[in-house]
Amino acid sequence: MNQMTGIRTLADLKKKQEEVSARMNLRDKAENPASLVQVKVAMATCGIASGAKEVMEYLVEELDKRGIAAVVTQTGCMGYCFAEPTVEITLPEREPVVFGYVNTAKADEIIECYIKDGELVDGIIPQNYDTI
Amino acid sequence: MSQYKMHLLVCAGTGCHSSESNLVYEMLRDEVERKGLASEVQIIRTGCFGFCEKGPIVKVLPDNTFYTQVKPSDAREIVDEHVIKGRSVYRLLYTDPETKEHILDSKHMGFYKKQLRIALRNCGTIDPENIDESIARNAYQALGRVLTAYSPQETIEIIKQSGLRGRGGAGFPTGLKWEIASRNDADQKYVVCNADEGDPGAFMDRSILEGDPHSVLEAMAICGYCIGATKGLVYIRAEYPLAIKRLKTAIAQARDYGLLGENILGTGFSFDVSMKYGAGAFVCGEETALIHSMEGKRGEPSNKPPFPAQSGYLGKPTNVNNVETLANVPVIILKGADWFSAIGTEKSKGTKVFALAGKINNVGLIEVPMGITLREIIYEIGGGIKNGKKFKAVQTGGPSGGCLTEEHLDTRIDYESLTAAGSMMGSGGMIVLDEDDCMVSVAKFFLGFIVEESCGKCAPCRIGNKRLHETLTKITEGKGTQEDIEKLRNLGSVIKDTSLCGLGQSSPNPVLSTLDNFMDEYLEHVHEKKCRSGQCRNLLYYVISPDECIGCMACKRVCPTHAISGEKKEVHRINQEICIKCGACMDKCQFDAISLLNDYPRVAETINN
Repeated sequence: MNQMTGIRTLADLKKKQEEVSARMNLRDKAENPASLVQVKVAMATCGIASGAKEVMEYLVEELDKRGIAAVVTQTGCMGYCFAEPTVEITLPEREPVVFGYVNTAKADEIIECYIKDGELVDGIIPQNYDTI
Repeated sequence: MSQYKMHLLVCAGTGCHSSESNLVYEMLRDEVERKGLASEVQIIRTGCFGFCEKGPIVKVLPDNTFYTQVKPSDAREIVDEHVIKGRSVYRLLYTDPETKEHILDSKHMGFYKKQLRIALRNCGTIDPENIDESIARNAYQALGRVLTAYSPQETIEIIKQSGLRGRGGAGFPTGLKWEIASRNDADQKYVVCNADEGDPGAFMDRSILEGDPHSVLEAMAICGYCIGATKGLVYIRAEYPLAIKRLKTAIAQARDYGLLGENILGTGFSFDVSMKYGAGAFVCGEETALIHSMEGKRGEPSNKPPFPAQSGYLGKPTNVNNVETLANVPVIILKGADWFSAIGTEKSKGTKVFALAGKINNVGLIEVPMGITLREIIYEIGGGIKNGKKFKAVQTGGPSGGCLTEEHLDTRIDYESLTAAGSMMGSGGMIVLDEDDCMVSVAKFFLGFIVEESCGKCAPCRIGNKRLHETLTKITEGKGTQEDIEKLRNLGSVIKDTSLCGLGQSSPNPVLSTLDNFMDEYLEHVHEKKCRSGQCRNLLYYVISPDECIGCMACKRVCPTHAISGEKKEVHRINQEICIKCGACMDKCQFDAISLLNDYPRVAETINN
């Protein structure tokens, strides 16, 4: 945390909420065509046990090496334990797509086909829940 | 960017796969190639859509058309009509069961999704180690609203109205619990978060803490405001290192922002959270045992009353809530009690998180509205039983719960219906068993767990469960008698009636519910010395087939107990009295003459005759 400013009132909190959610919207919904590719790796115990850490490190390194502007973040359990490790990719102006059974070979395929060319690859996990 | 204009997503989940989705995939690919569209249309295999009942599923992007029950022979029509002419194939569209209308855009059929994520709302969405992402998803807004707009009583009233009940297992109304704790005056009170998740196969609390720790911290602060506590404690097992790390990070970040600590949001309300580590004892999920463990004493339960709300941690009024229960609280405050109580059944409101495990295709963490049926969970969300086997039972509620069978598949799940069916909600472990599982062995497994985890304070649980386990072992070894079955039932009821705490009172449930639902298997073990699923090693018999055996003596030489008789070039025989079922003979035999049978006595006679 770098810009650590205290939240002293509810108004502060609301302001902070608007500010960070605007920033995340920009990233999440990728409404801005010039925005970055966003990569989320499910890093709960289940994911890590199936190798999510290696995949995350691989993604961070390889995206950098291949000169792709992307944000790689960790997140909690997406619930698809049968298909761990799972990775969610959001390309600019696209809906997020979740890929399952991602090892480093699959991650390479995802970078080359989906992230670079927008070509889908086998192993997509459709979102099977609604959230509030 | 991609040159593809259209994507056809073909479900390759196990459910759809078994209804030939792989053929659908190949036919579509061939058809697209034949029409020279391979450079424009991409066919992709996906994981389960959670709609296996209507499989195989084909979804067309970008127009979101959702085709159900697609047969390989439909591939040509989809390509000709949809891909080339841009017209939907109406007969394959999903039909709304109520209006009978075809749904063109799957965005309008969101209701097919059986899952609704409330407690897990941020898991898998936000970065749990970055408080800003939580704040963007409304973290601490509920706390802010409560502190500035509602009195503690009003807040408790909202929770009461919502119908939220404890998600740890027993289902005690949360609002009422808070109200009782708020009424007791003391100079110091405590809010405790019970993160001692102990059921085998359950990991929902861990996932919430790992994926969205702020939701729990915020709810603890709200509870603190309601009952008049300024201190919160999370009791978490040391076996959850990642959850501990994320929670610590979250607490530190919330403190830095001033969302925990002194004078939160300038309202004068102070609340801080610290952590206590448990050694991972099942009994410490029981609230009095948990409190004793936090105080540095042995993790043993004590008699209630006094309830923790009267005299809990360090003798002060204490409110203990489970992780999942707390994760629901901020949403209830923000969306209102009416919104929450509209979800679920008459007496059980909201959703429940289950950890689906066992012989099921889509093992995973699911959150479903109360009132869903087991059939929907197992066959739609779970994608059915692995390897096309037959469903036998589902174990809910962990070691304190019981088994539900085929006849319960259409029961609407809530606290009451599960209890009525001889099981319980529990913390949400759901272990699916198929025809290859032996129910006596399952009961024995859970009893073994209870024997390990019993704290030993009261005799019924300490001694009784040990005896139950011994009796079950005897039955699985083929030494059981009819009296043993009677003994299991009697002893089980006595333990239930006389144990001190909730753990002991529910400990014989795995035995009692399998006795109720699978008596025929017990009888088979006892009277026919047969285990139909072949799980009980002592009830399996190595038998040499006279037709295959050439009398090479190889098995005879390798047998460690000299149980095999027969001379060279004569058919060999295994003496079942001496055989220790090590399997060495079967490994050695090069003529596949030795097989493992589960109903030896009768079959063997025919072979030998």
